[in-house]
Formats: sequence, C-alpha cells, structure tokens
Amino acid sequence: MSTFRRRFRENKTVVVCLAVLAVLAAAAALAPVIAPHDPTQMFPDHRMEGSSGQFWLGTDQFGRDLFSRIIYGARVSLTVGLSSVLLSAAFGTLFGLIAGYFGRWMDSLIMRVMDVLFAFPEILLALAIVAALGPGTSNTILAIGIVNIPVFTRTVRSAVLSVKNLEFVESARAIGAGTPRILFLEIFPNVTAPLLVQATLAISGAILTESALSFLGLGIQPPDPSWGGMISEARRYMELAPGMIVWPCVAMTVTILAFNMFGDAVRDILDPKHRKR
Amino acid sequence: MSQPLLEVRGLKKYFPVKTGFWGREKVVRAVDGVHLTVYPGETLSIVGESGCGKSTTGRCILRLIEPTEGEILFQGRDIRALNAAGLRAARRDMQLVFQDPFASLNPRKTVGQILQDPLIVHGIGTPAERRKRVEEMIEIVGLTRQHLDRFPHEFSGGQRQRIGIARALILRPKLVVADEPVSALDVSIQAQILNLLKDLQREFQLTYLFISHDLSVVRHISDRVAVMYLGKVVEVADKKALYERPAHPYTQALLSAVPVPDPTREVNRIILEGDLPSPANPPSGCQFHPRCRHCMEVCRTTVPPLKEAKPGHLVACHLA
Repeated sequence: MSTFRRRFRENKTVVVCLAVLAVLAAAAALAPVIAPHDPTQMFPDHRMEGSSGQFWLGTDQFGRDLFSRIIYGARVSLTVGLSSVLLSAAFGTLFGLIAGYFGRWMDSLIMRVMDVLFAFPEILLALAIVAALGPGTSNTILAIGIVNIPVFTRTVRSAVLSVKNLEFVESARAIGAGTPRILFLEIFPNVTAPLLVQATLAISGAILTESALSFLGLGIQPPDPSWGGMISEARRYMELAPGMIVWPCVAMTVTILAFNMFGDAVRDILDPKHRKR
Repeated sequence: MSQPLLEVRGLKKYFPVKTGFWGREKVVRAVDGVHLTVYPGETLSIVGESGCGKSTTGRCILRLIEPTEGEILFQGRDIRALNAAGLRAARRDMQLVFQDPFASLNPRKTVGQILQDPLIVHGIGTPAERRKRVEEMIEIVGLTRQHLDRFPHEFSGGQRQRIGIARALILRPKLVVADEPVSALDVSIQAQILNLLKDLQREFQLTYLFISHDLSVVRHISDRVAVMYLGKVVEVADKKALYERPAHPYTQALLSAVPVPDPTREVNRIILEGDLPSPANPPSGCQFHPRCRHCMEVCRTTVPPLKEAKPGHLVACHLA
C-alpha cells in the first residue's frame, strides 16, 4: 500500500489533476461563501456585460452573475457526477460479482440484460428514462446511474472471473466460509483496482451526460444553474456576449479533462502493464 | 488397528465434457471408484502421475468438489449426507493445505487477517482471544508476531507455505489433506516444510492425507502409501513393504524411475510403453493393461478388484 501512495505522489499528472479537482470541489462545497452574488439574482441594468470588478466573468441575458452561476453549476455537476457513479458502481459491482461468481444461467441472465442496456446510445437511454420519470436533479442522477450500470457490471465481472478460480477462494470455502463472505470479503477486495479506475473515468462521462440532458432542457431545471443549461441559453446570444458561452465551456472542459487524466493516471499506477513509455 | 478416522468407499467423480457444439456429452472419469482407509495419527500418502485423480480425490473428500458417487465416512459419519450447515461445522475437523503458496493466500489481506478468518467463520473466541491464538499459531509454524501485519507478497514461498499451514491448523483439525504442499518449493525449503509438518503432527495428533507425485518426499513423510493410476487405487501398503516389495506392475515401474544417488549401482529401469490413456476413454478391464509387461488375457476383460495380497498390503492386479 505504501508503494501505491508513493507512486501516487511521484506522478505529476496525478498531483496536478488532484489540485484542479480539489479547487473545483472546494468551490462547489463553499459556493455560498465564494460566490459574489446569488446565482439567480438578476441585475436588469447589467445585462450581457463583459467582465468587470463587480461581475468577474460578466453577466447573462437577465443580468445574473456568470461567475456565481458557474460555481453553483460546479456544485450540480459534481453532485450529479459523483452520486450517479456511486449508484451505478454499487449496482454494477453487485451484479458483476453475482454474474461472475455464480456463472451459468445467472451470468447469462444478468449479462443479456446488460447487453440490452448497452445497445442503446448512452444519451438516448438517459433521455428516455428522464422523459419517463420527469426532469429534475434526482431523476437525472437516477437516469445517468442506470445508464452506467452495464459498464461497471462488465468490469467487475471480468475481474471476478480472473480471481474466482484462484486457490485462496477455495481455501475460504475449505475453512467453511459462506458465499456472501467469499463474495464480499475474499473476492471483492481483489476487484477494487479496475473498479476504481472505471469509476474515475465514468465521472467525467456522467458530467457530460448531465450537461447534455440539461442542454436539451431535460436535466436540471432553470432557474437553477447548470453548465449544460447555461450553454444552451447562451447559444442564442453567442455573437452579442461570447463570454456567456465561453466560460461554462471552459469550466466543463477543465473538469472533464482533470477527471479523465486522473483516471488514466490511476490506471497506470494500479496496473503497471498499461504504463506507456 | 484402531477405528479408522476416514473411510472412502467407491468414490467417483465424473466431469462432463462436451466435444464441439453438437457433440455428444462425454464424461472424464477423474476418480473412478477409489477406496481408502485412513487411521488416526497416521500419514497416508497418495502418489501417482499428473492427471491420475489424486488431487480430485482429496478435494472430493473435503467436498470442495461434489463427488458423483461413493461414501465418505469421517469419524463414522457420511460427509456426503451433510447439509450446508453441517458441512461447515465438519470442516472444522478437516482442513486443506494447498500446493501453490502464491495463489492460496488472498493478496489483499494481512497475514493476521488470513489466520483469523477461520476463527471468525466458526465464531470462536472474543477478538482478544482470537488475536492470542493467531499469535500462538504463527510462532508454532516458525514465524514471528511481527509478520502478522504484513501482506502475503512480502513473504518467500516457504514462509507463505508456513502461513498456509498455520491457517489450516488454527482450527485444530483432526484430518489435514495436504495437496502437494511442497512441490512448488525449492528442494532446500521442501525439507524444512516436511519436517514442520512432521513436528506439527506429533504436537497436535494430526492425521495427514498427503498427496504428492514425488516418491522421495512420500518416502520421507508417510506411514502408508496408496498408488493411484487413472482414477483408481492400484496398491496400498505400508511404506516399507511398498518401497521394498511393490506388488503392482505400475508401482514397480514407478519406483524403478526414482533416481538412485549411487553411480556404481545397477539401474533396472522399467520403461513404460505408450502414454497415459485418456480418462475420458479408459481401457477395458484392468486400466493398466495396455502398458503392462505382464499383460494376460484376463487383464483385457476383467477389472481386478483391490484385494489383500498379504496382511495390510492391498493390490489390484490379477497376478497378485
């Protein structure tokens, strides 16, 4: 474990990405303190202004402070990203463990259901679920969570398959351990590495999907700020106030880049076989 | 002799295999009617070449592999008739030591956790008592308490095998099935582990079912030896009788292949012809007849039963 921590610290990508993500997380968590204005408060005299001392990144078409809205938007993006991945990782792990360990018809049943879910384009499935449940933050989380379950199921299942025939699993049975104990205390600790990598990479995907849903008007509902929603609104004023569309895009790009690079670096650290160079 | 601790009668394990998509289902007769009797306190070894079903036999006895047929009487009780809870309880008394010390320990657990697991599973003692027992056990197998907080990858093969033995013995079992416990180790370490097993046997009155393909190792540790060929036991005898006067032609060939560290001695090796037949398609009659030097007409048609040729010396051969 100590070598893991050392490799973690020595890796520059990890350090930089973690710093970026820490700033983002802090901004999201402390949004009410940091944000100079209420994200929904309108200043009718300052519509679509550029950056100034009062409005650091300018204002939108209703005169709302862009900087405050981006910070509150980070809150939404991170919440949706993290909770939906937590949801899909939890169910995906459970299904993956069961499918991989029991095999036979159980495996076929679970994996065929997952194949069906996999067959839909991610955004289309999320759209369908949100359309059925109705928009809103929790439904968005639910939709994105369900969409991502198959990826986690496959990851965990393949890891289980490579571990379950090792002798230490048999030795657990030999000492008299029951199936739940073997699944969660013997096998599960050995699948955490691919699970962690998959989870980090899935967060950025989840944030993107959330933005896409909000962009289409089915995710987070106005007046609550969300990056996708802000981009959608800004589209119409692109020529008049380019800042309105640029800044949320920058925020999103930086966040997703940080998560992706972090995920890649984590994979390199946990799995030396993948390391380039 | 006293009451047997373990009696195996007519144990069979057939593995179904499919040949091709439309192929007929065939069976591999990994274990095909094994009879064994193990007495308390002794070491009975099972020897045989790879694929003769000796490991499968060991795992069937512990019901880690579900046998197809046969009786396994442990202390007079039929292991095969036990339900899940009864089996779990029975496993306190019968433990397994594995061949591969690298695969048999969970890489994500510390040695202390690995040794504590059997106690937790069987609900033995308070956490403090368990800790104490784990500390005692690790010292019995020749490691120290400082080793308890380390992970398996920090140990050598021999040390890991000691940990594997400690895990098997911490429940104070009566029977230990040792499945090739030293064949993955360096020769220099093998002797240490074998002597440790012998010491532990004396200390805890253990009974060993020792599975191996190494005739020198078997000679070192056993009281009695059973020779397996193609899923069947062909000869069982006291170590001395078996090594000095092997009665079955297969045992004779096997023993003649043991290298003798004496260049002046004449070597009379019996070279077996042909290969080990497939257990999916075993020969008729005596399964050894295609390779046997003394093959007779009756060998092709009739399966020789395992019968007592001399007191305590069982042989499955028409000649004996």
